[in-house]
Amino acid sequence: MTVTDVSPVLKLTDIRKNFDAVTAIENFSLDIFPGEIVALVGDNGAGKSTLIKIISGVYAPSAGTITIEGETVTMASASMARAHGIEVVYQDLALADQQTVYMNMFLGREPVNRFGLLDRGKMISDTEKLVQELDVRIPSAHATIRDLSGGQRQGVAIARATHWASKLILLDEPTAALGVAETAKVEAIVQSLKTRNIGVLIISHSLDQVFKLSDRICVLRRGKQIGIRKTSETDKNEIVSMITGVN
Amino acid sequence: MSKTNPSLVPSGRSLSLLGKANLQQYVVYLGFLAIFLFFAIVLRDSGFLTVRNLSNIVLQTAPVTIMAIGLVFVLSAGEIDLSIGSIVAVSALAGAVAMNGYGITAGIAAGLCAGLLIGLVNGVLVAYVRLPSFLVTLATMGLFAGVARSLTDLRSIPVTNSAFTGFFGSGTLLGIPSLVWWTVGAICIGHIVYRHTRFGAHVLATGDNNRAASVSGISVPRIRLTVLMMSGVLASLAGLLYAGRLQAAKYTLGETDLMTVIAAVIVGGTLLNGGKGSIIGALVGSLMMGMLNNGLILMGLSVSDQMIVRGLIILAAVAVSLREKSR
Ligand SMILES: Nc1ncnc2c1ncn2[C@@H]1O[C@H](COP(=O)(O)OP(=O)(O)OP(=O)(O)O)[C@@H](O)[C@H]1O
Ligand SMILES: [Mg+2]
Repeated sequence: MTVTDVSPVLKLTDIRKNFDAVTAIENFSLDIFPGEIVALVGDNGAGKSTLIKIISGVYAPSAGTITIEGETVTMASASMARAHGIEVVYQDLALADQQTVYMNMFLGREPVNRFGLLDRGKMISDTEKLVQELDVRIPSAHATIRDLSGGQRQGVAIARATHWASKLILLDEPTAALGVAETAKVEAIVQSLKTRNIGVLIISHSLDQVFKLSDRICVLRRGKQIGIRKTSETDKNEIVSMITGVN
Repeated sequence: MSKTNPSLVPSGRSLSLLGKANLQQYVVYLGFLAIFLFFAIVLRDSGFLTVRNLSNIVLQTAPVTIMAIGLVFVLSAGEIDLSIGSIVAVSALAGAVAMNGYGITAGIAAGLCAGLLIGLVNGVLVAYVRLPSFLVTLATMGLFAGVARSLTDLRSIPVTNSAFTGFFGSGTLLGIPSLVWWTVGAICIGHIVYRHTRFGAHVLATGDNNRAASVSGISVPRIRLTVLMMSGVLASLAGLLYAGRLQAAKYTLGETDLMTVIAAVIVGGTLLNGGKGSIIGALVGSLMMGMLNNGLILMGLSVSDQMIVRGLIILAAVAVSLREKSR
């Protein structure tokens, strides 16, 4: 990238989330800039997935503001986040298992012809083009999701997110279930998003991956934001001690 | 795409699954054929194969087919509607009473509104109060069975309006009975809506994984409400068809249809837990049930024996189709 964009694509200010008595997130603030990859790390139960669901409109924050390209938004539902160009790959993949790959690719956004009927031909050819571009190895666009392997499903979820995102992609442990080759493929896809000037927030438990991909690293511990570091100015030891709270 | 796509690698695993998927789709047709052949041979001298008898089967099946269409949508969305039989009776009675008092338009409107309103009650309780549809419709099934009984004090209401009985019952258009037109029309519209509209796709996604549907921007409550209202309206249409054909409305109409409709739909390839189904399969399933009824009567079985045999055959058919599906 030659030009550095000064205004963040996403700005979180003092976000808090309570589940009844449990505080899952407290006072979380973060800016994500276009073309930037930010990694979100922390132990199990730290609140990472909760944070992603707040950004994507699944949960409403108990306090704090979300600003997208300078505009403060109340993310009332997942479709609002999508309308703002935000796409998510959820930890528990949000795929409809008994439907085809192409139906999942277009879930909620199915194209119709001039008679108002589903344009399956377009869905199928777009899906085939996409899986070829991203080199997602699936038997066919017609395959049913539940007949796919874990890696293939992940591929479908990522292909869907990258296809529709225009500003920001949130990835919740996208490679947790993948083999070495598939992981490398997903990492390449994530890196390629930079050239499209899309912001990325990626959750990962693999510090190798985090250091390979990210521009900045944000650490959460039991809902508290411990700190944000530039990846080039920190090392694994520092991040590990931030995650665990042990020096 | 004509050129081979390197990403679309064929795998042996998916090919064998494809084979199974096809077999599963054909179970209902094979079953239909087997029962047809059985009766055609056993009842060759009892008039089973006459045009008159075969067309009778289609006419008698019309209300079940119409209800089955609604149930395919409801089951596909991951819900169930047990109240359809009671809706048939209430709608037929409401329609008959209104028609005898205020004419045919009022009769049709009253009948359809009854189903729409009961469907609305079911739908609101399921979609917005978040009660399980099994319990909600179990309750409304009993509730409206009672309403049907009290509506006319168990009396049967004659339906004499000839325009009505022609339109919904014994009439013909271009030489084809009106009940056949209703069946074909409802199946065609149902199939197109189910397979070729965004609404149909959203119904399937909702029943398959409602969280995935919801994060994809589909309004899951609206889908649940809509399918239950559709089921209500279709059941009330079935009630009007009964009233038209029998030229009378009574609280017993539709009483025994629930089991037949569920069996027809399941045998026809619709999953009980949602996410998958077929309108055409439901048509073949309900024709199969109608044929079974007809054949067992022609065989001279007593009513109790008919019930037992029918129950066993439904059990076998459902077991086979579910077995095929779970693989
Ligand atoms: N819907 C909910 N209701 C109540 N508590 C919740 C809910 N969702 C999450 N929590 C709680 O919030 C905390 C954070 O959970 P979250 O799923 O965000 O963790 P995570 O950082 O994603 O963990 P992991 O690495 O295991 O995926 C946990 O203590 C969890 O029990
Ligand atoms: Mg998580």
